[in-house]
Amino acid sequence: MMRCVLIVLMFLLLLGCQKGEAPDSGAGKASGKAEAQGPVKGDTLIMGSIGDASNLLPVLASDASSSDISGLVYNGLVRYDKDLRFEGDLAESWEISEDNLTFTFHLRKGVKWHDGAPFTSADVLFTYELLIDPETPTAYADRYLQVAAASAPDPYTFVVRYDKPLASALISWGFSIHPKHLLEGVEITRSPLSRSPVGTGPYRFVEWLPGEKVVLESNPEYYEGQPNIKRIVYRVIPDESTMFLELKAGGLDYMGLSPLQYARMTDSESFKERFNKYRFAAFAYTYLGYNLRHPLFKDKRVRQALAHAINKQEIIDGVLLGLGQVATGPYKPGTWPHNPDVKRYEFDPEKAKKLLAEAGWTDSDGDGLLDKDGKKFTFTIVTNQGNDQRTKTGEILQRRLRDLGIEVKLRVIEWASFLKEFINPGNFEATILGWTVPIDPDAYNVWHSSKTGPGELNFIGFSDPEVDELLEKGRRTLDIEERRAYYHRFQEILAEEQPYNFLYVPEALPVVAGRFKGIEVAPAGIMHNLIDWYVPLDEQKYAR
Amino acid sequence: MLRYLSRRLLMMFPMMLGITLISFVVIHLAPGEPTDLQTQLNPETSVELKERLRSQYGLDKPLLVQYGDWLWRLVQLDFGRSFSQDHRPVGEKVLERLPITIGINVLSIALILLVSVPIGILSATRQNSWFDRFTTVFVFIGFATPSFWLALLLMDALGVRMALLPISGIKSMGHEYLGPVEQLWDVLRHLILPVFVSAFGGLAGFSRYMRSNMLEVIRQDYILTARAKGLSEGAVVYSHALRNALLPVITILGLSVPALIGGSVIFETIFAIPGMGKLFYDGVMMRDYPLIMGVLVIGAFLTLVGNLLADLGYALADPRIRNA
Amino acid sequence: MPETSTAQPVSTRGFWRALKGNSMAMAGACIVALMFLMAGLAPFVGPSPEFIDVSLRLMPPGAAHWLGTDDLGRDVLARILYGARISLLVGFVAVGIATLIGILFGALAGYYGKAVDAVIMRFVDIMLCFPSFFLILAVIAFLEPSIWNIMIIIGLTGWMGVARLVRAEFLSLREREFVQAARSLGASDARIIFRHLLPNALSPVLVSATLGVGGAILTESALSFLGIGVQPPTPSWGNMLIAGKQTLGEAWWLSVFPGLAILVTVLGYNLLGEGIRDALDPRLKE
Repeated sequence: MMRCVLIVLMFLLLLGCQKGEAPDSGAGKASGKAEAQGPVKGDTLIMGSIGDASNLLPVLASDASSSDISGLVYNGLVRYDKDLRFEGDLAESWEISEDNLTFTFHLRKGVKWHDGAPFTSADVLFTYELLIDPETPTAYADRYLQVAAASAPDPYTFVVRYDKPLASALISWGFSIHPKHLLEGVEITRSPLSRSPVGTGPYRFVEWLPGEKVVLESNPEYYEGQPNIKRIVYRVIPDESTMFLELKAGGLDYMGLSPLQYARMTDSESFKERFNKYRFAAFAYTYLGYNLRHPLFKDKRVRQALAHAINKQEIIDGVLLGLGQVATGPYKPGTWPHNPDVKRYEFDPEKAKKLLAEAGWTDSDGDGLLDKDGKKFTFTIVTNQGNDQRTKTGEILQRRLRDLGIEVKLRVIEWASFLKEFINPGNFEATILGWTVPIDPDAYNVWHSSKTGPGELNFIGFSDPEVDELLEKGRRTLDIEERRAYYHRFQEILAEEQPYNFLYVPEALPVVAGRFKGIEVAPAGIMHNLIDWYVPLDEQKYAR
Repeated sequence: MLRYLSRRLLMMFPMMLGITLISFVVIHLAPGEPTDLQTQLNPETSVELKERLRSQYGLDKPLLVQYGDWLWRLVQLDFGRSFSQDHRPVGEKVLERLPITIGINVLSIALILLVSVPIGILSATRQNSWFDRFTTVFVFIGFATPSFWLALLLMDALGVRMALLPISGIKSMGHEYLGPVEQLWDVLRHLILPVFVSAFGGLAGFSRYMRSNMLEVIRQDYILTARAKGLSEGAVVYSHALRNALLPVITILGLSVPALIGGSVIFETIFAIPGMGKLFYDGVMMRDYPLIMGVLVIGAFLTLVGNLLADLGYALADPRIRNA
Repeated sequence: MPETSTAQPVSTRGFWRALKGNSMAMAGACIVALMFLMAGLAPFVGPSPEFIDVSLRLMPPGAAHWLGTDDLGRDVLARILYGARISLLVGFVAVGIATLIGILFGALAGYYGKAVDAVIMRFVDIMLCFPSFFLILAVIAFLEPSIWNIMIIIGLTGWMGVARLVRAEFLSLREREFVQAARSLGASDARIIFRHLLPNALSPVLVSATLGVGGAILTESALSFLGIGVQPPTPSWGNMLIAGKQTLGEAWWLSVFPGLAILVTVLGYNLLGEGIRDALDPRLKE
């Protein structure tokens, strides 16, 4: 009987040796057809996503998976172009008053929602009201609460006035505009649009199979013209390594590679033939944050000594396999707010030892550990679970500091606990974390002394009156040169004080299947011209 | 028989009560409050939202009242709304994923039965033969293999290097465009590895159990009698010994349901299968309390049902109970 | 005081003889002994498992590093040896806790019978309904994932089998003459339980405990693999497999060796446990 079973199983296995998708039908293979010149329409882009989207209404969701998708379905009034300069999206043009307090947006005409209804300024006003409504559980209300008055004097004009100048005001109107005619009068958390969104964007929503995939289709009425790629599918594969295997097997066309995958696992000839890898600095940085209320870290010399004791390049080589650069402050190198001339701390353990000795830390009892007044130099770094890079960074730091005579313990804690028990109440000694870097340099919420309460973002307790003033001035003026001066001085102070040890800026490492043409690496990354990507006719894989 | 059945059904109620009580206790033993859904480093959401949710979920009432409320809603099959950002009803989320998990578990059980029963019988009837020794070793190895390790190795060998089987999900990309038969086949192909991994440990255990049961039964007097009566070996083994050896196996199968459901977390995560195990894991990571409580209760309930079915099967097979 | 008739089904000497004769059980015992050896030798063999040298990253097995190095340049062999310590620790403590709780409940249920038995057995049935992995996941994720929490939780969810075994033994032993005799002489309940009944009930518990160690190791490695068990940098075979997963198809030595370590170790305990069971069971002796 066993034999029968085995035979049946083998038979089934052999039967199944064909791939699943509907094969190319009539699109012509290889060299038979005339080569398509320039962009053509068609094909599907399958993107890998670690997490399933949670909510496709931009006002309600704050996870990356949801916002990636809704970013294709909705538009804002303005957006950044590929060089990170402002350009109009749903707003054709705009004027800013002399006193920088009033913004007048002139909206595009003829834009339609995916259900055919016309887009007007009423939708913009509605979105604004939705954002400031206390009943809306949104994470984004802050900047809109600073609006003094908003109005829609005619269907294609939207005017908003502030009491005080707000530097990030303009980009705040890059927020996705929501359809009034579908959301008005409905309790926002119960709206069906959370699961089946309707926007004005280049892609329309088709379906969402929870836990499996989200399917989008190109919008033929899109105001910039219909995108070339006919469909985009976000495929949920909750595991990075599985995703990579799926990519290699041809089941995915796009994913973000880990440094290890990029550097060591994608160099074979066959891989290079089928895929194109890209790398560029990401808008993020990882840091070691010190709890400035803790006696160990109150002394600036200690923090500076630690900066000399840590070899950032070693961390970049070890954790990122070289795919990153040293960070010196909270801004991305190459962008206008970044100050490349701040004080640097070369890796110099001797200097570190000297500084520590000055601060009173020496190995007085010869046990290999530094001590002062009878207390040993030991502290715990906490970081969150699920982020391999942070954990590895911690392990490298641990070793380096041990060489110096400092005992470091590493604790990895699940995210929700981590925030609730350690970060928010300020109950930690040091932590390894990261921030994404928004394009607008306003860093008020993270560095101003008023934001040090429990649950707020300045959880290390940093307070410097000059920084406070710089941050306040920086957010209240729209003059780039003025702002640059403020933020440069801000970075000088940070470098001197070392409240964080800014460790590294990682690189984004996307990989795209080779058949997609028209990809351009720019300061904004590669997704800026997604609607212009195309696949030549004879290489199209999915025909619908 | 009917009396037996109705007695068993009635017993399920106090069991369910106990299950809900333990689920409730487990969740509330955890430090912190269910409203600590501060999963974003974002001060904007915290204060007002927290207060609103507290009263919404009745978290300001004493524990016993909370338990009572929850129980009352459970009875109406209202599991509350998920704390995750989609705020969907827990019942809905679980129902979406349940068929998949149940399907895989049923297939696992079928596979286990299909393979381990013959192995067990053959090992018992050919005790100490080459076959018996070989399968014993093989079975022990199976028992000791970590399922996630096996999953990885198989995924690499069969899924990537040899590209024989798909490595994630339960459907291929173009699934909607296939005919119904092909669709079924597509799903089955995706399930081959997960079911195999899920069943692997059980295969080992059951072969062993089947073997020892058969051995025990074979030594019994009535077998001796049957042999003495001159019945063929086949009749002895298959109609007499097997039926009796099979009975405890059925019960044990029922008892293995929780292990199968629990194990689903691992392979669902590795193979990216949208099942209940993965849902539970995500819910736990996000402190999605209503979801966690809901899945615990449903999982335990499924086990109860599995046990009931196993007992039923046992009762049907054993004439002593059937005619009681 | 009459001597307690031990009335064991198998004499101690007979037990050892049976065990030694069982080649598979001896193989299991060897593996278990090997594991203890590994754990003991750990600090003395090779470079420290924490020694990070990024330039040595991901080297295949070779002369300098017999089992290769991982993604931070750490020696795999050293980490596996240290991982043995973790596995041993988790196995024994978790099983110890489970056994103690199981004995407690089983003894109470088996000795007092009736209402106490009914309540405890209901409790056992209910606990058995929960997919234990679910329970463990839920509790561990709320507490901090530390090795002590894991051990306690695994113990707290694994006592049911032992309880049933002990209860069964107690139920059958309770009516024996030596118990009646002890009771008629005025021995207290506690004394009867601990001095008379328990020693006789321990044989199946020994089997269950040995097999339980294997199970605990599997559970701990699964939890560590999922990221909520033993945390890095402490090496556990389970969390070493995370690196293996990330390099699947490339650095095979990171997947194969830790998994193999788990396999062999659990196999050893299982073989030993089965061997003990066979040696204790008079019916299987011809």
